[in-house]
Amino acid sequence: MTVSQFSGAALTAEQWRLVEALSSSLTPEHAYWISGYFAGIGSALLHKGTTAAQSPDTRISTAVVQAEPVAARSLTILHISETGNSTELAIRLAALAIEQGLNPTLVDIADYKVRKLKEEQDLLIITSTHGEGDPPQSGMEFFELIESRKAPALPELRYAILALGDMSYEHFCGAGKRLDERFEELGAKRLQPRIDCDVDYEELAAAWSSNILALLTAEKRAATSSAASQLETTGSTQQADNSAYGKRNPFPATVIDNIVLSGRGSTRETHHIEISLADSALTYEPGDALGIVANNDPVMVEALLTTLDMNPGTSLTVKGQVTTLFEALSKLFEITTATLRFLDHWGELTGTTDIFTAMDNVERAAFLHEHHIIDIIRAFPLKGLDPQRFIDGLRPLQPRLYSISSSLAICPDEAHITVAPVRYKLHGEIRSGVASSHLADRANADSILPVYIQSNPYFRLPPNGEPIIMIGAGTGVAPYRAFMQEREANGGGRSWLFFGERNFRVDFLYQTEWQDWLKNSILTKMDVAFSRDNAEKTYVQHRIHEHAHDVYAWLEEGAHIYICGDALRLAPDVHNTLVTVIEEQASVQREEAEEYLRNLQRDGRYQRDVY
Amino acid sequence: MADTLPPTDRSCDISQPLERLSPDEALKAGSEYLRGTIALGLLDRITSAVPGDDIKLMKFHGIYQQDDRDVRDERRRQKLEPAFQFMIRVRLPGGICTTERWLKISELACAHGNETLRMTTRQTFQFHWVLKHNIVPVIRGLHEVLLDTVAACGDDSRGVMATVNPQFPALQAELAALAKTVSDHVIPKTRGYHEIWYGEERIASSEPEEPFYGRTYMPRKFKIGFVIPPNNDIDIYAQDLGYIAIAGKDGKIAGFNIAIGGGMGRTDKVPHTYPRTASVIGFITPDRLISVTEAVMGVQRDYGNRADRSRARFKYTIDDKGLDWIKLAIEDRAGLLEPARPYHFTSNADIYGWVESDDGYHHFTLFVENGRLNRDTLDKIARIAHVHKGHFRLTPNQNLMIANVATADKPKIDALLVGSGLIAFNEHSVLRLNSMACVAFPTCGLAMADSERYLPTLITKIEGILTRYNLQDEPITLRMTGCPNGCSRPFIAEIGLTGRAPGKYNLYLGGGFHGQRLNRLYRENIGEAAILEALDEVLRHYATERLPDEHFGDFTIRAGIIREVTEGRFSND
Repeated sequence: MTVSQFSGAALTAEQWRLVEALSSSLTPEHAYWISGYFAGIGSALLHKGTTAAQSPDTRISTAVVQAEPVAARSLTILHISETGNSTELAIRLAALAIEQGLNPTLVDIADYKVRKLKEEQDLLIITSTHGEGDPPQSGMEFFELIESRKAPALPELRYAILALGDMSYEHFCGAGKRLDERFEELGAKRLQPRIDCDVDYEELAAAWSSNILALLTAEKRAATSSAASQLETTGSTQQADNSAYGKRNPFPATVIDNIVLSGRGSTRETHHIEISLADSALTYEPGDALGIVANNDPVMVEALLTTLDMNPGTSLTVKGQVTTLFEALSKLFEITTATLRFLDHWGELTGTTDIFTAMDNVERAAFLHEHHIIDIIRAFPLKGLDPQRFIDGLRPLQPRLYSISSSLAICPDEAHITVAPVRYKLHGEIRSGVASSHLADRANADSILPVYIQSNPYFRLPPNGEPIIMIGAGTGVAPYRAFMQEREANGGGRSWLFFGERNFRVDFLYQTEWQDWLKNSILTKMDVAFSRDNAEKTYVQHRIHEHAHDVYAWLEEGAHIYICGDALRLAPDVHNTLVTVIEEQASVQREEAEEYLRNLQRDGRYQRDVY
Repeated sequence: MADTLPPTDRSCDISQPLERLSPDEALKAGSEYLRGTIALGLLDRITSAVPGDDIKLMKFHGIYQQDDRDVRDERRRQKLEPAFQFMIRVRLPGGICTTERWLKISELACAHGNETLRMTTRQTFQFHWVLKHNIVPVIRGLHEVLLDTVAACGDDSRGVMATVNPQFPALQAELAALAKTVSDHVIPKTRGYHEIWYGEERIASSEPEEPFYGRTYMPRKFKIGFVIPPNNDIDIYAQDLGYIAIAGKDGKIAGFNIAIGGGMGRTDKVPHTYPRTASVIGFITPDRLISVTEAVMGVQRDYGNRADRSRARFKYTIDDKGLDWIKLAIEDRAGLLEPARPYHFTSNADIYGWVESDDGYHHFTLFVENGRLNRDTLDKIARIAHVHKGHFRLTPNQNLMIANVATADKPKIDALLVGSGLIAFNEHSVLRLNSMACVAFPTCGLAMADSERYLPTLITKIEGILTRYNLQDEPITLRMTGCPNGCSRPFIAEIGLTGRAPGKYNLYLGGGFHGQRLNRLYRENIGEAAILEALDEVLRHYATERLPDEHFGDFTIRAGIIREVTEGRFSND
């Protein structure tokens, strides 16, 4: 059934045209993602007692209805995503482009054929950055080629890059910067300068999108000398998105339970938190993440106010909203980790800019690593500062994502997450991760937690019950619990879990549940590695290598393979072990083994959720 | 001679097909002589437990699966399996331990046993808190000093006891050697133990693997012990088969009186279960020891109840068939028994401190409260073991004897005892020195209440009562268990306490001072306040109304406080 055969929703012809144009550019994953996205909008609108048809924001000028898309330069929107932010922005951009009469092709880098690059005319790229200025895993192959001598000259290409990143990292937006430089070297022309976004990317990204679309539509109008009127749109997707529970409008969920999974004597403190989604109409798939809008630790807020000698009740205006300083520091701003921006800001305020500019990049990164905002303020104190000026140096507090460890099929109206709070000592004080400590210390049963669902179409159970090999360490085991619950309810093929942690006795997360699934053959095999039980440290990759023959046999039989957990050590170590396994078992060269894995990745059979 | 044995009911014994017997019989029969799937279960990394059937089979190898019961419920909520671990019991006939073995055992306890070691009421060591992957290292470590754990548990002949009494050193040494000989003779012979724990290959053989036991072993555990009157330290009346040494005029062992059918275990609210003191049925000369042992065990093997495990101990076989019939059955196999010789017991307690025996050696008995050795104590004793030229003996009261110290070496040992502070272990009230508790919580799976962890504080409170009535120097035996199975032999104590629920105990009174008479239930399922109130009342009477030299247990009967138990089967009346 094609989209146009479906007529039950009584859409206008223009609405249909938009839907059809969008759907023709979608991969199956995107289509699926969007179905959930619109379901969310629908339920939210119903919730508000209104419907899409009555919403003035979605009225679209009839003038465009007759307008046929004009053959012009081709437009491709390419997204290179790790957590789904780039993808979400790209989808939104594509929808806007279609609304404005453009004809974009939306492509995930994982599905992109690099040889097509020579044929591209206008290319919009949204990329996030991973690790040491690297692209996300899905973009590795693309970067390898484009940065190699094999890269084609691109004199015909026009491009624009939106780079997502996190300012607290040394290689902020590194992937975007690398791509931008390289495209320039290859002779491509910028449509507009690259924009580098910090974690609060929404406004910048929206501006980048509308600027670029304005440019392209203006060009097209000029080219076709068509006087088709502008769409009477005021960002309908944006509006609709706000009315659903989502990142900008999180659902105030009730915490059902908060259990410490780590047994007595553990060096860990891993929490299992059950959250009620009842009455939210929020739904998710196994593999999705739960966005948590956390607050800062009140103790930290107090400490900051004391150090700054500021009155918590001071009235402030933040993005047009009046609030108190205490509220702003609790809920609106990141107040622990300092960014380069804050360092510059504080340097200016205190006249100590010289100290920071004297540092090279590495030294500055090291300084930021060792100094939180409060440490910088203590080291370079300033009395009588206007709170508004202080706030100006801060960046918005960002939600954090946690892989959901439950399935709606077994836990209707609930989402479970598995959280290991980040705690460490800095300057003689215990410091904690914002969200993880909120969850561990203050998300008690019956407390309210603002949440939303972050779809992750790149971490999905196989469509037809194909065998799965799940590899995870620590809290990385979370999505596999969701997978097992899903298969317990809906069936599926063979499954094999590799799990690693520190000590068998106290750190075997969800031990009795895996045992039950093994007993009922919902889980076929399980192998564990506990690194601190013996003098010799054993990790999951050692177990994978021990079972090389079977792992390879499963892959040959069509198994999908998953890695979840630590991005710095687990993911590369496991990846390298998998290459070795294939190399040994298939008796091929290392390059061929790597190619084997790349093919798996291209086919969606090798999926990673690493952080 | 078989013709002379009157017919008897055989509907519950080994003559029946397995399906008519308890499931444990089929399990044993199908276990390939105790191998089961033990070797496989050890490799399973997903659980720290072993499969259900292997739990029972491993007992025959001296290994009990247990879990930390303090955290059982907490871990269930944490989605963690119980904190499984294993108790490993050493086979140590007669409680004799060389210094080399002591040091190895101490080292293994520190490496794999959570730095704790338990001396037991059957004169051996128990490692606790051993994780599954550490069982093999422990058993191989023991093997290095030629020790094993065969039949330390299970339906077989358990560790053979022998008196540690240094009063008659030559007799004691002979008895200890006999205990070893008998133990070696009656333990299971399966090669499964060597294959599983030492990693040896299975060798095909046409010889029967268990020439004595066969595929189904004994109906239940079987306990053997040797004693020399007048000290009944091993509690001869609590043994399935007890040998009471009778000295000849030449000072050597002339032979043994045979006592059969002792046993402690009972089940609350199940009247057909009860403790029983052993019955003396005759006398044999030492040369008949092995053949009589085989005959007695053979009768129990062939006629014991295998349909109902709660009635499977030898004591019930005796009461079901009648003592006379059992004696006939034994004589049918081993020849006629001579009439029992006179003997006399005075006590079942240890003698603390230094004792000199007539061979010129010195022996120091150290009180170890409830037999529990922690890291600190182990380290202190290890320093003694490094210089001690004799050996150690584990007493049946869970204490430690440093045995066979030459006069010249005594000052050195003394200095170590004093210097380490170990000597202070003996500075306790007479009541505490005559007390025993089993392990119970947190490791024992059978426990219903605390025992080892609770008795010391309860004793402190009872000491207050004794002092008030000026009874602090009166030896009274006090024994506690966490369940009614009777590991610390509570049913022959003057004051017995057995756990019913956390903080609740049955209180028994009227046991014989030297273990010759069972006690009887006095108060049921009571807490500490009620225990102290009841004891205060009875001890107050005892202080004022007792006859000269009258023991507390005897007094409670004479004073009509408790009715005497004349035979085990009447103890629930």
